Amino acid sequence: MRGSARRGAMAAAALGLTLVLAACGGDDDNGDGGSGSEGTGSSDGPTGSVSINSTQPENPLIPTTTNEVGGGNIVDAMWTGLVSYDPDTAEPGLAMAESIEPNEDFTEFTITIKDGWTFHDGTPVTAQSYVDAWNFGAVGANAQLNQYFFGPDGANIAGFDTVAGQTDDTGAFVPGSATAETMSGLVVVDDKTFTVTLGSPNSLFETIIGYSAFYPMPESFFTDQAAFIEHPIGNGPFEFVEEVPNTSINLKAFADYQGDPKPQVENIEYRIYADLDAAYADVVANQLDILDKIPPVGLAGDVWKTDLEGRSASAPLTTRFTSMTFPLTNTEVWADPNLRKAISLAIDREAVIAAAYGPGNYVPATGWVPPGNDGYVEGTCGEWCEFDATKAQELYAQTAGVEGTLMIASNSDGGHREWVEAACTSIRETLGVDCQGDYDPDFGSFRGRVNANEIMSPFRTGWVADYPSIQNFLAPLYTANGSANDGGYNNPEFDALIQQAAGLEGDEALDLYNQAEELLAEDMAIVPLWYDNGQRGWSDNVNEPGFTWKGYVDPLSITVK
Amino acid sequence: MGRYVTRRLLQMIPVVIGTTFIIYALVWALPGDPFAGRCGARPCPPAYVQAMTDKYNLDDPLPIAYVKYLGSLLQGDFGETFQGLSVGEELLRAYPTTVKLALVAIAFEILIGIGAGILAGLRRGSFIDNLVLVSTLVVVSIPVFVIGSVLQLFLGMRWGIFPATVGGDASLYNLILPGFVLASLSLAYVARLTRTSLAENRRADYVRTAIAKGLPQRRVIGIHTMRNSLIPVITFIGADFGALLGGAIVTEGIFNVPGVGNLIFRSITTRDGVMVTGAVTVLVLVFLLVNLLVDLIYGWLDPRISHG
Repeated sequence: MRGSARRGAMAAAALGLTLVLAACGGDDDNGDGGSGSEGTGSSDGPTGSVSINSTQPENPLIPTTTNEVGGGNIVDAMWTGLVSYDPDTAEPGLAMAESIEPNEDFTEFTITIKDGWTFHDGTPVTAQSYVDAWNFGAVGANAQLNQYFFGPDGANIAGFDTVAGQTDDTGAFVPGSATAETMSGLVVVDDKTFTVTLGSPNSLFETIIGYSAFYPMPESFFTDQAAFIEHPIGNGPFEFVEEVPNTSINLKAFADYQGDPKPQVENIEYRIYADLDAAYADVVANQLDILDKIPPVGLAGDVWKTDLEGRSASAPLTTRFTSMTFPLTNTEVWADPNLRKAISLAIDREAVIAAAYGPGNYVPATGWVPPGNDGYVEGTCGEWCEFDATKAQELYAQTAGVEGTLMIASNSDGGHREWVEAACTSIRETLGVDCQGDYDPDFGSFRGRVNANEIMSPFRTGWVADYPSIQNFLAPLYTANGSANDGGYNNPEFDALIQQAAGLEGDEALDLYNQAEELLAEDMAIVPLWYDNGQRGWSDNVNEPGFTWKGYVDPLSITVK
Repeated sequence: MGRYVTRRLLQMIPVVIGTTFIIYALVWALPGDPFAGRCGARPCPPAYVQAMTDKYNLDDPLPIAYVKYLGSLLQGDFGETFQGLSVGEELLRAYPTTVKLALVAIAFEILIGIGAGILAGLRRGSFIDNLVLVSTLVVVSIPVFVIGSVLQLFLGMRWGIFPATVGGDASLYNLILPGFVLASLSLAYVARLTRTSLAENRRADYVRTAIAKGLPQRRVIGIHTMRNSLIPVITFIGADFGALLGGAIVTEGIFNVPGVGNLIFRSITTRDGVMVTGAVTVLVLVFLLVNLLVDLIYGWLDPRISHG
């Protein structure tokens, strides 16, 4: 009896499944989208809902501690800073700032903000909102991940040292070592005005403060952080609705947004994917509206072009640069520049890209700065970045050569193993040197080894710029004290040029940066490999969206059909 | 019975402590800096590293850090992720989805697996029997991610019969495809197990007695044979349910099901150690409890097995 009763239940369950199936079958598609008429929507207000792929934010949605893509995109949609970058040209322009006036030597800036702006909770955005937020980000005890943007590696606001605290000989933070709570360089003049004094001249200050670490914070943040983390409040075009961790983060257009352009879409769902392949499947099936990166499963054999016919695009990214760095401080093996040049000459970048990512999906690098950044000059690397087997062999013969096997260190995930193998093949065939990958399973373990300066062979270095300027591709990476100088490259001439350029403006400054970049070609301690192309797709429900200079969706450009 | 359950529950204590210690040690005692890579190509600010080291007791020797962790665990506090989310709440949110998915998968195992097994077992050597044997062999030999990706490609992306992924809307209909994929491997085992078990029992003495007694065929097979034949199958399905509650990392990844597997996968890739330890601790508990439950059902199905 029991058996048959159970079977009965099962049949009922099966029937239930079918009923649910029928109920969920309909997709609430608005069908003919004839209402568009190419209007920008500013008169009708924002309409429609879209979904965008995302990853779960790794840190609280506080601008001064959000430093990865998943949280970064949401923070950028929810805040508008003093300066923003043009999505097409990456040119910085005034956003919430009415004016930013530097003094003669770029050490003091007077910032006036626009009238009438409010946070999503209705409180006004004042000069104090900025000053408090920046101080909060810089104070050591607050342990903010973007702290260094206020210090010598970023804007270098006067008094940073006093709030950031000290480190001991091992580089560990000494709690309680800060002597002040606020930076002396930040002074509020009135509700709309404040002045910033820098520790050293910096003509790029205006560009740097477009970065998310410099967004303003409402008063409520400083009184109740826990509540803020639950429900973040910004001043940007979209306001926070809710977060369902691991599933989605929902934003809606902020009705009182004072900036320009205005949002044209009402609701945005940032849908969390643990695996980008699933997001790709969704955008192909029209269940996800915008996908800002096509995973290898779509790039292989260029299937994305047919899967997403008429609703995909590819464009060069201005932010990403991949290189191979020789360690210079923990070993003498790579001290000979000719050896480094010979290895660079032996890498057939075009072929490596084709083998690892599909032909044309990345762009072979001709210098250390990707095109599209202020100060980009084509071909700085010159002959050393062009594959030339004969020259490579000749040059290699003049050096002591590589003893044993040439190892290239990298993390093996994220498609990196593929290019290391391909580059090794190219080097092996050209120079007759045995070449192998030296892999860590993930980015964290790999960076652990790099930071500890343990790797004695060339290793992968990738850079994602914080702001669109040649300075951001040179200063943090290759100056002796640069915070991301992994190989220990040290050229006093280079450092002097960078420092000099910081005190100059416009073409004068760019000229010095370019001179500095040329020094990199002489030394070849860092071998440029390629710049990224961004491939993206969208659904039939939306018009082609625009993308920011970082290569992510520009939420203000989204319109539904 | 009561004493048996108590003994089993007491046995769980050392198992839970042992496993959580191993997990904790594996996650936090890994060589290298746990904060490397969290700040891209830069090392993280020293003040941040210090704050996190304090928060997660990383400066303490491992046994002490573990005891501190266990202490808060006993008070029901699973800790906080780097993002500041409560691990306990995250698990509570992810679990219903995983349970639903597991139930859908078990439903497939029972419906198709046992169904096919019975058909094959009753007609050994027939066309159906061979069909079941061959098709289960094929299913067993294909890895789950292949079945998952292929079904997603055709049923989800090309023909649009099912949604390509599940996402936030974990309705039964949305879970059919991932549930089937999840069930596919076990389904093949269930079918074969049922078939063998049934075929064996049909030759048993008590079945011959029942037939000799003149009981109708339906009753002989439906009640006498089936009940005994299903014991190993239920054990298998029970153990499988326990495993499914551990989250199916591959399947949940392919179909973007916001369950426990997905949560663990993401936490491993972002090196969110607290989440990994918390989630796996709960998994161990769930697995132990489900196994206990299966053992109890076992005794109920077959009175010869007593838990006196």
